[in-house]
Amino acid sequence: MTTRLFGAPVPRSEDARLLTGGGRYLDDLGHDAAAVAFVRSPHAHARIVDVDVTDALDVEGLLAVYTYEDLEGALAEPLPLLIPHPSIVAGRTAHALASGVVHHVGEPVVMVVASDRYVAEDVCDRIRVEYDVLPAVVGVRNARDATHLAHADVPGNVAAHLVQEVGDARAAIDAAPHVLELELDIERSACTPLEGRGVYARWDADESRLRLWSSTQTTTGVRAAVAAKLELPLSAVDCTAPDVGGGFGVKIMHPWPEEVLVPWAARRLDRELKWTEDRREHFVSSAHERAQVQQVRVGFDDAGRLLGLDVRFWHDNGAYLPYGVIVPIITSTQLLGPYKPGAYRVEFDSLYTNTVIVTPYRGAGRPQGVFAMERTMDAIADHLGRDRVAVREANFIGPDEMPYDQQMTFQDGRPLVYDSGDFPATMAKLKDLVGWDEFAAYREQARAEGRRVGIGVACYVEGTGVGPYEGGHVQVETSGKVVVATGLTTQGQGHETVFAQIVADELGVPFEDVTVTTGDTRRMPYSVGTFASRAAVMSGNAVGLAARNVRTKALRIAGDALEADPQDLEIVDGQVRVKGNPSVGLPLSTVAVLSNPLRYAFDKASQAATQFVVGDPDSPPVAEDDEPGLEGRDFYSPPQSTYANGMHAVVVETDPETAEIRILRYCVVHDCGNVVNPMIVEGQIHGGVAQGVGGALYERMAYDEDGQLLNASFMDFLMPYATEVPATVEIDHLETPSPLNPLGIKGAGEAGVIPGAAAFASAIEDAEGFRISAMPISPSELFALRARFAAGDIPAVRTAPRPEGTS
Amino acid sequence: MTSLDAEQRVEVALTVNGLPRAATVPSRRLLSDFLRHDLRLPGTHVGCEHGVCGACTVLLDGEPVRACLMFAASARGHEITTVEGLSEPDGALSPVQQAFRECHGLQCGFCTSGFLTTATAYLEENPAPTRDEVVEAISGNLCRCTGYQNIVASVLRAAELRRERAAGQAS
Repeated sequence: MTTRLFGAPVPRSEDARLLTGGGRYLDDLGHDAAAVAFVRSPHAHARIVDVDVTDALDVEGLLAVYTYEDLEGALAEPLPLLIPHPSIVAGRTAHALASGVVHHVGEPVVMVVASDRYVAEDVCDRIRVEYDVLPAVVGVRNARDATHLAHADVPGNVAAHLVQEVGDARAAIDAAPHVLELELDIERSACTPLEGRGVYARWDADESRLRLWSSTQTTTGVRAAVAAKLELPLSAVDCTAPDVGGGFGVKIMHPWPEEVLVPWAARRLDRELKWTEDRREHFVSSAHERAQVQQVRVGFDDAGRLLGLDVRFWHDNGAYLPYGVIVPIITSTQLLGPYKPGAYRVEFDSLYTNTVIVTPYRGAGRPQGVFAMERTMDAIADHLGRDRVAVREANFIGPDEMPYDQQMTFQDGRPLVYDSGDFPATMAKLKDLVGWDEFAAYREQARAEGRRVGIGVACYVEGTGVGPYEGGHVQVETSGKVVVATGLTTQGQGHETVFAQIVADELGVPFEDVTVTTGDTRRMPYSVGTFASRAAVMSGNAVGLAARNVRTKALRIAGDALEADPQDLEIVDGQVRVKGNPSVGLPLSTVAVLSNPLRYAFDKASQAATQFVVGDPDSPPVAEDDEPGLEGRDFYSPPQSTYANGMHAVVVETDPETAEIRILRYCVVHDCGNVVNPMIVEGQIHGGVAQGVGGALYERMAYDEDGQLLNASFMDFLMPYATEVPATVEIDHLETPSPLNPLGIKGAGEAGVIPGAAAFASAIEDAEGFRISAMPISPSELFALRARFAAGDIPAVRTAPRPEGTS
Repeated sequence: MTSLDAEQRVEVALTVNGLPRAATVPSRRLLSDFLRHDLRLPGTHVGCEHGVCGACTVLLDGEPVRACLMFAASARGHEITTVEGLSEPDGALSPVQQAFRECHGLQCGFCTSGFLTTATAYLEENPAPTRDEVVEAISGNLCRCTGYQNIVASVLRAAELRRERAAGQAS
């Protein structure tokens, strides 16, 4: 029997291409395409008075200039509010080109098409736009105060308001023996993939068809949106994601203005056109995330058990709401983590500001929710003088309580029911891995040496693999090679490898014979996209089911040809053979020929096939309920999300003089169910942890009061280099299989980033001895906090619990 | 000024991946665009256009340079090596490429070309680096996917592979 590939650290199929310059990213296509560039608003909030293109018109190489007035039909209407929700009280979306008023710096105002990008930018420089500047709303608190309005017609800047309540949280808190209140802040960050967005479009006037490539996380979504906006039949539009240089969420948002404008102009001009986002454009016109202000009120008993939790938060959704309220809904539900909250009430306002839009960034609202809950756990432990882990353990949902219903509604509209997980076991592994119980002695020893060290811990539960569905198509070609397609897209997660592992196992063929295509609507037109740590769960199971169908069909045809019962057959290394008698059989390539009663002997495989007779000579060559070809298609559609979980611990040292924060250790225990490829899962964790480090210690969007983004370059927006990440990420796995899907897997893509900010806050607090309430934190901010602490402005926290039993 | 038709164009002749190449391009053409779009070698990627991310790193006479910060005209007469030119003459992966594959040193692959060229040049200079030296050597290149853990491991493994291959050739 061949070795099972599922679970093995199989090297990636995509690497041979990507390591030799053979990858093809968006800007690597269409070398001869004309270039698109945009004049973008330099103001956060302004009325457009006049657009003067006179000076630009005689630039050689100019092909077209468009403003809002040139747009027609559906394209002139606002872009869609992609995910409506009853909580949205004032949904505002942008126009593809600004109409009358701009609402953030970077909003596209004029579209320029020219022979190349250099010329297009020359043209942009010569276009003069006159603005009447309006007051800008920047930051959550200013939006909440609503002294100014980000949109003139949205009172209070409120885009959406939602309350969910389980039990009577306020009464439970009022009746509790202990009550605490916290006010917490999280700043903006962004996905920041190394490749920005990009769109390339070819209009075929002879066939009236549009070929579109986008650096997107959803080609089916872009295809449908573009067809709607350009008023084309869906069948006349094909969309492909080429190699994509990272996504992390920003590329699931669609349609971006450029995604509809570039194909529109390509058709209008009958020329192939391409727009490649530059880095400054990415900072000011793609999406950000994370910014929230949170107020927590919690009631608990002497053991630290939650009796009531009341969370009120304000979420900055930026200038428009095209992606709805997915992010704050996730914050409000996933905040609960592995805990039983007692009675729970959560209320949020999603607020407009005159800044770049907010859509999911890896973690998607969870880092903020985990920050609120884990800061609360630490505050409870401090208040009671109990061990921080012991307080968490007192609140864990037990493995015997699975499935556990939090009685909330999750972001997919389905009940928030945890399907699996063993939180006490996960914590036990983490305590062992990091040496939790020995840390107090280490901290004291370090203090005696004049060093400040601290340890932090944070836990999360992540709903992964949200529906509604993904599909898989598996075909065995007459060469014996297997081609697989799934509709969702790839941004570096190794889907070509893991889906091939699953199909090769199911079908019984060599891994090398399987080729996987993702994100091409010509190959699989039904798909949702890559987000919410859903690719392995959704498409992994879909291709697995499709492969199973192909296997069944192959055994049936082979049984017919060999005059054997299909149940007595097996497929090993691409050969269908009789169990226990491997000399009797035929290759899958031959079965593929037999599956298609074409009867042209055009190659060796078809010649070999002619010696077998399949089917009843009195029946039609293709039976009524059958199709020609050795291929199968299936869809996986789960009843609800599957819930992964994990716990992180970090050890930091803070410099007593400079307040520099150094990472001494970073430990992860992770449960994503059955692991398809441990090498790839660990890589995902590494990357997530680095983004968690960035979000905790370095990354923020520095907007000034006028809504100018002051750090819109890699010089000033500080992403971690190799010098900023932990030297080692120590990882231990727990595998509690999901009962919800055939492969027992849960998502792993986002996990690494989720508890980062919370764990660092906990560790820095432990090292410093005072409350940390805002993230990210820079050395200068820590330095300022020390001064405030010394002045008595912020309260102390105890860094070591009192012995149990004392108070 | 109303038109750019008087834009200066220059002939750029240079050696790329061992082959003589020439093209006439506007004098303001960046080396990165010249390699990618004029010579159709799109393996060199552009991540920031201001010399910070390192994705566009190519070797100029063996030394790493940022192709987004140089004009094509400035490379006249020089020898350029891009990611397309790193493999062995027989097409096999170079030690650095092989190590990145073995150690899962890449995910989306966009920053990878810059890491490969940087590491290739660095190992020429320091064939047996320590871990800290490797971190320092790649500390001018940004990656958003891997968290660098496996990139550091890849460069250390590449040093081993270079030694193994050298020993294999010597024996």
